[in-house]
Amino acid sequence: MRAPDNPVFAKGDVLLAVENVSLSFGGVKALTDVSFDIRKSEIRAIIGPNGAGKTSMLNCINGFYYPTEGRITFKGVKRPKMRPYEAARGGIARTFQNVALFKSMSTLDNIMAGRSIKMNSNFFWQLFRHGPAMREEVEHRRVVEEIIDFLEIQHIRKTPVGRLPYGLQKRVELGRALAMEPELLLLDEPMAGMNLEEKEDMSRFILEVNQQYGTTIALIEHDMGVVMDLSDRVVVLEYGRKIADGTPAEVKGDQRVIDAYLGVAH
Amino acid sequence: MLYREAGQFKTSYVADSAIFPLRQDRIGIGLIILAAYALAFIGNSFLLQAVMIPFLVFSLASIGLNILTGYTGLLSLGTGAFMGVGAYACYKLMTAFPEVNVIVWIFVSGFFSAAIGALFGLPSLRIKGFYLAVATLAAQFFLQWCFIRIPWLVNYNVSGALDAPLRTLFGIPIVGATATPQTRYLVVLTIVILLTWLASNLVHGRIGRMWIAIRDMDLAAELMGIRPLQTKLLAFAVSSYYCGVAGALLVFLWYGGAEYDVFNINQSFFILFMVIIGGLGSLIGSFFGAALIFILPIVLGIVLPAILSPFGISVGADVIEHLRFMIVGALIIFFLIVEPHGLARLWQIGKQKLLVWPFPY
Repeated sequence: MRAPDNPVFAKGDVLLAVENVSLSFGGVKALTDVSFDIRKSEIRAIIGPNGAGKTSMLNCINGFYYPTEGRITFKGVKRPKMRPYEAARGGIARTFQNVALFKSMSTLDNIMAGRSIKMNSNFFWQLFRHGPAMREEVEHRRVVEEIIDFLEIQHIRKTPVGRLPYGLQKRVELGRALAMEPELLLLDEPMAGMNLEEKEDMSRFILEVNQQYGTTIALIEHDMGVVMDLSDRVVVLEYGRKIADGTPAEVKGDQRVIDAYLGVAH
Repeated sequence: MLYREAGQFKTSYVADSAIFPLRQDRIGIGLIILAAYALAFIGNSFLLQAVMIPFLVFSLASIGLNILTGYTGLLSLGTGAFMGVGAYACYKLMTAFPEVNVIVWIFVSGFFSAAIGALFGLPSLRIKGFYLAVATLAAQFFLQWCFIRIPWLVNYNVSGALDAPLRTLFGIPIVGATATPQTRYLVVLTIVILLTWLASNLVHGRIGRMWIAIRDMDLAAELMGIRPLQTKLLAFAVSSYYCGVAGALLVFLWYGGAEYDVFNINQSFFILFMVIIGGLGSLIGSFFGAALIFILPIVLGIVLPAILSPFGISVGADVIEHLRFMIVGALIIFFLIVEPHGLARLWQIGKQKLLVWPFPY
């Protein structure tokens, strides 16, 4: 099990390092000189008040934006300017703050779509839905069914996701990201808008993913209880700058973090 | 009562991911295909020539546009031109190499159309929605200009029109003035069934899921490693392939010769309406759309005078023509209000209701 207050928090080698990253849109500085790292198999939380630049940070990590300054190193290699699909193929998966599922597809097809990069039977066999194409379809269906079992969504397997309640949609989205078998999983507010029970379920899934598959997870979350319980290390952003970095206990006691969240008397 | 899911258990993923998982559906589709073939032998030549052949040709073109607009969400107004590319390519190929069977050339001509379609699909990486429609409009005008201005395409024929030289299959004429509607219908039917089957395989597999992913949420699709440009261009190519084959069929197996004017912007809109009314993102919807827009006016033209005459109302052909437009227009609006997702969705709802009939759920 996790040891939240262990001062030696390193869980493994550095998987992704963010070094002096700045990001600006014209005159607006979204991120200023942010540096932190994500280690293998840890749960890393990124927190901060609204507009602190958390989502911009995730967007940099998965290739939506390219940092104006600084660099991002993934698996020891400096990342060139890349498209999001290249980041995805490199092993970075992500869920969104507002659910971004393929609404007209069933749960099953959504998660199957998550395995598109793992499938490679050619167009010819796809045309005939035979031979390698069908074998591949079945083989990946088996993996997808495991994910469906894991997330306990068997009953909605064939339901179009547009009809599902919000909490289940979030769960399907996690399933779709897991289908990519990512090395680094980015979760943008996985518990937003959930009730207590749904949050507990989601927390359980996140911990299980981390422990069973050893997946490294970076998550943005506003629910402090969840963040403090789940994460190994926390980085705190405010107005695009890093103001604290450390174990949940350290961060909780940090005066600048308390000021950022509660405000300072002037 | 006969349409029930009960007792049909799936014991393998292959069976569960079948395109028609229900036994009754499989029997139904078999019967429809059988009936379609039987029609060649019991239908008169008016039915085959003026109703069934064009219906099948338009269905095929609708499937083509549906792959692009319905499945991948890319709006195109160049369908008519892409059909034209298929027709002109087929004409060039069959006159340059008369010894090769025309069926081969019909299938090959689609590839020319696919290449042109993919070329004009390049802007789709950057623009979408109405703006992409305008970009494909450029294809429509440019290609139509080529059809008029490049006499090489029609072998310097002074009339500027495509004609259908005599071509045979197993010694039976299938293209040209001596080909009977019956044989032409059989050829068109076989090609349409084959291509529909292939399209259905594509859209139910990995490629179809990638197309729908791009349509539903392109950013999320890209974050899952789906390459947007390749996926969109593939949709353009496959879609144009279908349109191209439909164009070749239209000229050589239905019209028996045509001018560039057949492939104008109206044709593009005509196909687009079929797709929208039939149901975006549904293959069976393509057939429904083609039936509603093409067959319904013909049926009305026959039925209306028969309905009106017992009341002593005898109207001229022009009034019938106007009535036809009004009724078809009203029906289109009616269907779109009742079910904006098209006839295919109505069909699906009907089937779901039938599964539990006579109980409400």
